[in-house]
Amino acid sequence: MSEDTKKFMYLNRRAPYGTIYAWESLEVVLIGAAFEQDVSLAFVDDGVYQIVKGQDTGEVDMKNFSPTYSALGDYEVTKLYVEKESLEERGLTLDDLMHLTWEDEDEDWAEKDSIRLVSREELAKVMEGQDVVFSF
Amino acid sequence: MKFSIQINEGPYQHQAADSAYLFTKAALEKGHEIFRVFFYHDGVGNSTRLTTPPQDDRNIVKRWAELGEQYSLDLVVCVAAAQRRGIVDDGEAQRNGKDATNIDPHFRISGLGQLIEAAVQSDRLVVFGD
Repeated sequence: MSEDTKKFMYLNRRAPYGTIYAWESLEVVLIGAAFEQDVSLAFVDDGVYQIVKGQDTGEVDMKNFSPTYSALGDYEVTKLYVEKESLEERGLTLDDLMHLTWEDEDEDWAEKDSIRLVSREELAKVMEGQDVVFSF
Repeated sequence: MKFSIQINEGPYQHQAADSAYLFTKAALEKGHEIFRVFFYHDGVGNSTRLTTPPQDDRNIVKRWAELGEQYSLDLVVCVAAAQRRGIVDDGEAQRNGKDATNIDPHFRISGLGQLIEAAVQSDRLVVFGD
């Protein structure tokens, strides 16, 4: 990583469908991955719905882009913070989310979980440590 | 300080477009540098020269164009977002076989990499949106 490396966080606050913010946020993440920054994603409020498993958009004529989240590991995007309170407020648990993983090159490609369940307070601290927060 | 600005909402519909302009103008007047202004989501609508607001209202596109002219601002419109929403320059019209253009010449259409680069190069990225 070069001296230009910054800590980038993409903050996802909205439901995956209904508005285009989630999809166009993901487009920034994918393009941004080529810039080799220290990237993380955060899912808060209705944003937690973006990574709920079993999404089906067949009836609403929208592209189901949720499989793209599974590919983030291949783009070396391996830190996905999910806010515990946001899940609880919506009656969701970790089991309702997709199992998102990445392979650790330094540990013989061991499969590791990308999702990090954090409290609101913990996430605030993680955000404080960022250089750039893209809010979507 | 070196700022970059990201605008996520369209003109007139949402105050974000106004706030971004007012912030940018104030920063420039205070002697700060604006590395780039990046228009994303419906924010790309801030770049069409075909807007015709009522005469007693502000002209948001013209306002950006004039500020851009005065300070040589790099006003960048995201290509993917622009294509979805019908914001077209000569190059895009040619590539996609469109019969017209609508972008104001003070803006340019480019890729999302420009947003990432702006965030890397600037001291602060300020996002205006909903």
